[in-house]
Amino acid sequence: MEVVDSSTDEALLARAREGQFAAFQSLVDRYQRRVYGLAWRITRHAADAEDVTQQTFLSLIENLTAFRGVSAAGWILRIATNHALKVLRRRRSQPHVSWSETDANDSYSTLPHPDFIADWQAPPEVLVQRQETRQAIEAALEELDDKYRVVFILRDIEELSVRETAEALDISEANVKVRLLRARLMLRERLVREFGDEATRVFPDHRHD
Amino acid sequence: MTCEELLQALNEYVDGTLDLSAAECQQFAQHLAGCNPCQLVVDNIRGTIQLFRAGEPFPLPVEFQQRLQLNLQQRWAEKFGVGESAEVR
Ligand SMILES: [Zn+2]
Repeated sequence: MEVVDSSTDEALLARAREGQFAAFQSLVDRYQRRVYGLAWRITRHAADAEDVTQQTFLSLIENLTAFRGVSAAGWILRIATNHALKVLRRRRSQPHVSWSETDANDSYSTLPHPDFIADWQAPPEVLVQRQETRQAIEAALEELDDKYRVVFILRDIEELSVRETAEALDISEANVKVRLLRARLMLRERLVREFGDEATRVFPDHRHD
Repeated sequence: MTCEELLQALNEYVDGTLDLSAAECQQFAQHLAGCNPCQLVVDNIRGTIQLFRAGEPFPLPVEFQQRLQLNLQQRWAEKFGVGESAEVR
């Protein structure tokens, strides 16, 4: 039986800092699924997701007294993100991949334009019940470049704020916004092509341009 | 507002952040009311996010969870001494 603790994250952290293992354990109970899911989506590998999850909570033990932020969730997911990104860098043997590097795609002038525009075949809450949809959305996410994928995971799946996402990735908030927009547009295109209702397809009206 | 300008302000509108002024919000809504493609794009983007937020696609393996707990408990004991309520679980 899990003992449900209704304290806030910050209260649990404070008690953990005083050496109460039970408080720390409650935080682990609260975040282990999220951390594991985040690690899985970034690394795409079960064993790596386990390593990252364990490293995240070990780091938490090491750095308990260092926490100065406002949001414990932001802090925990930031540590998890850093561990997951290390795995990616190691795997791609690019130890110096910089998330702060910007390129032409980090501007609004070259946004991918919506092409296949249609209503969904069924409401998203119905679509997501199907195994094939769940596989397709994960496949679509996997196809994105890391710089877009990771921003989408943190911001739209884990619901970190723009600022927390920027801090976790060490990029500017402006960069988070434009990368997120590109990620959303690319995923939209791919998923509506697959799960859109062809009969409702419309074409952009260029009279407005 | 053109379709292109709407596309650039899409995040701010979908996320309901305060980055858009009341006037910009009104221009956005006005464009949407008269542009079916843009309406669908906004709805598609909301649906896309909703699809990803649903469910728990990567459940935590039970065996790993047990191993994790033991390892954390051990590290805690090394650092702070024995965790006093570890036996509750
Ligand atoms: Zn339009």
